[in-house]
Amino acid sequence: MTPHPPAGLSTHACRRPQVPADRASNPGATLIESFLPASAAGIVELLSPAPVGWGGTLLVGLLHSLEIAVGATIVGLLIGTWGAYGKLYGGPVVRDLFAVYTTVVRAVPELVLILLLYYAGTDLINQVLAAMGYQRVDISGLVAGIAVLGFVQGAYSTEVIRGAILAIPQGQIEAARAFGMSPGLLLRRITLPAMLPFAIPGLANLWLIATKDTALLAVVGFFELTLATRQAAGVTKAYLIFFLAAGVLYLCVTLVSNFLLGRAEKWARRGMPSIKDAR
Amino acid sequence: MSAVAAAKVPSGEVQDSAAEAIHVENLHKKFGQLHVLKGVSLSARDGEVIAIIGGSGSGKSTLLRCINCLENPTSGIIRVNGEEIKLKADSHGHTIPADRRQIERIRSKLGMVFQNFNLWSHMTLIENVIEVPVHVLGVKRDQAIAQAEKLLARVGLAEKRDVYPAYLSGGQQQRAAIARALAINPRVMLFDEPTSALDPELVGEVLKVIGDLAREGRTMVLVTHEMKFAREVATHVVYLYNGLVEEEGPPEQIFGAPKSERLKQFIRNIG
Repeated sequence: MTPHPPAGLSTHACRRPQVPADRASNPGATLIESFLPASAAGIVELLSPAPVGWGGTLLVGLLHSLEIAVGATIVGLLIGTWGAYGKLYGGPVVRDLFAVYTTVVRAVPELVLILLLYYAGTDLINQVLAAMGYQRVDISGLVAGIAVLGFVQGAYSTEVIRGAILAIPQGQIEAARAFGMSPGLLLRRITLPAMLPFAIPGLANLWLIATKDTALLAVVGFFELTLATRQAAGVTKAYLIFFLAAGVLYLCVTLVSNFLLGRAEKWARRGMPSIKDAR
Repeated sequence: MSAVAAAKVPSGEVQDSAAEAIHVENLHKKFGQLHVLKGVSLSARDGEVIAIIGGSGSGKSTLLRCINCLENPTSGIIRVNGEEIKLKADSHGHTIPADRRQIERIRSKLGMVFQNFNLWSHMTLIENVIEVPVHVLGVKRDQAIAQAEKLLARVGLAEKRDVYPAYLSGGQQQRAAIARALAINPRVMLFDEPTSALDPELVGEVLKVIGDLAREGRTMVLVTHEMKFAREVATHVVYLYNGLVEEEGPPEQIFGAPKSERLKQFIRNIG
């Protein structure tokens, strides 16, 4: 649960070429330096993935961000599928429980939820464990991050998937029942694939939001891309370069995601005529 | 089928083949305050084609949908293949199937064809037809595909096997839906107004397929507005009025010499 800086960060920092003393004494020059590094070679050196540069640190941060985003999205989709089913087909108690969940999670700012769940959640788990006579566990930042963001994603996914299930022509679900499909088979073979074309645009939004919400975990000390960038920029004072580099990395994630999600949407809509035919 | 006709045939085989496939007794269905079915009985023996006719709101579709519990009857007895569907009351006092697996097993023997086709839009025709055999009945995929190809050829859609339903006409979709229902090798085919959603020029191709099935001796229960067709293919016609069987009998009698005033008027209006 303790925030974990990357292994060897402190020694790494010590090896960093320091800003020459004469420049450090001139604040104006340092400012210009931080925005406009001496040369393109300097930028390349700063961003190099090899130990001289900080590129590797940023990439490790990006990897951690993606791990959290993928994990949280998977958790969110599982919760969302159950939530949508519960809200649509569940009894009054189940429906109310999911209504409270989606309302509360969507009402409270994510940063507050993250702080609350991250600190209070792990504390609660440990208190429960202690009360039951077990030892305290050290919950890794990765697991906690996935759990917290997944919990938030689940609330939004519930509503996206619920809407998508409502958009399925209900006769298709009735036909599956009429041929003796069990509820599990019906979900797997009919409901989920039939709702996908309606859910993908909304779920794609949620995925992109998840990739950026990982940055919120920086406040609890999880070493993801934003925290890595802050460290790199803090040590080298090259704020513009590193935050721009982080922005480019986030942008690349979005571009690759857009490409893959576009393919997925095309596949999910395979049975539907192009809307251009109806225009 | 009269008892006399059955008694004339000593062979057990023929008697078995004329066993009762569907038996409905004193069926009631209420939607809240609305009493749709008020005690309907119906029987379909093997090889029979039962046509259910009646005006809008007479309860004919509800009756058909109660047979495979797409609608849960409020009270009454339903037997499919001699097996009675077990019903129970839920916490709100609604009647629901007591045994989900029993309902699933019974449904997988009833080939339902819907007014709006209800083909699965994310599957090609061949995938639609093999879906239930492979995933519900446990038929091997190769075997299911071979059978599905025959069925699609039979309804005239062999060359459309890899096309998605949305790219087909209503008549083609309905013929594919019939192939999907036949693929489970059903004990009884249930048709719920299969031509009501079709353009007039597409009705004929669907009726031809259904007529062929009737002529080869398939057991069917058919809710329809096509009186001429019902007269041609049905062995027994049931006229529902306001949730009750007003009159029933062989088609010659129902359409040729109706007794009830309401039926006479219905035939006049619709003919």
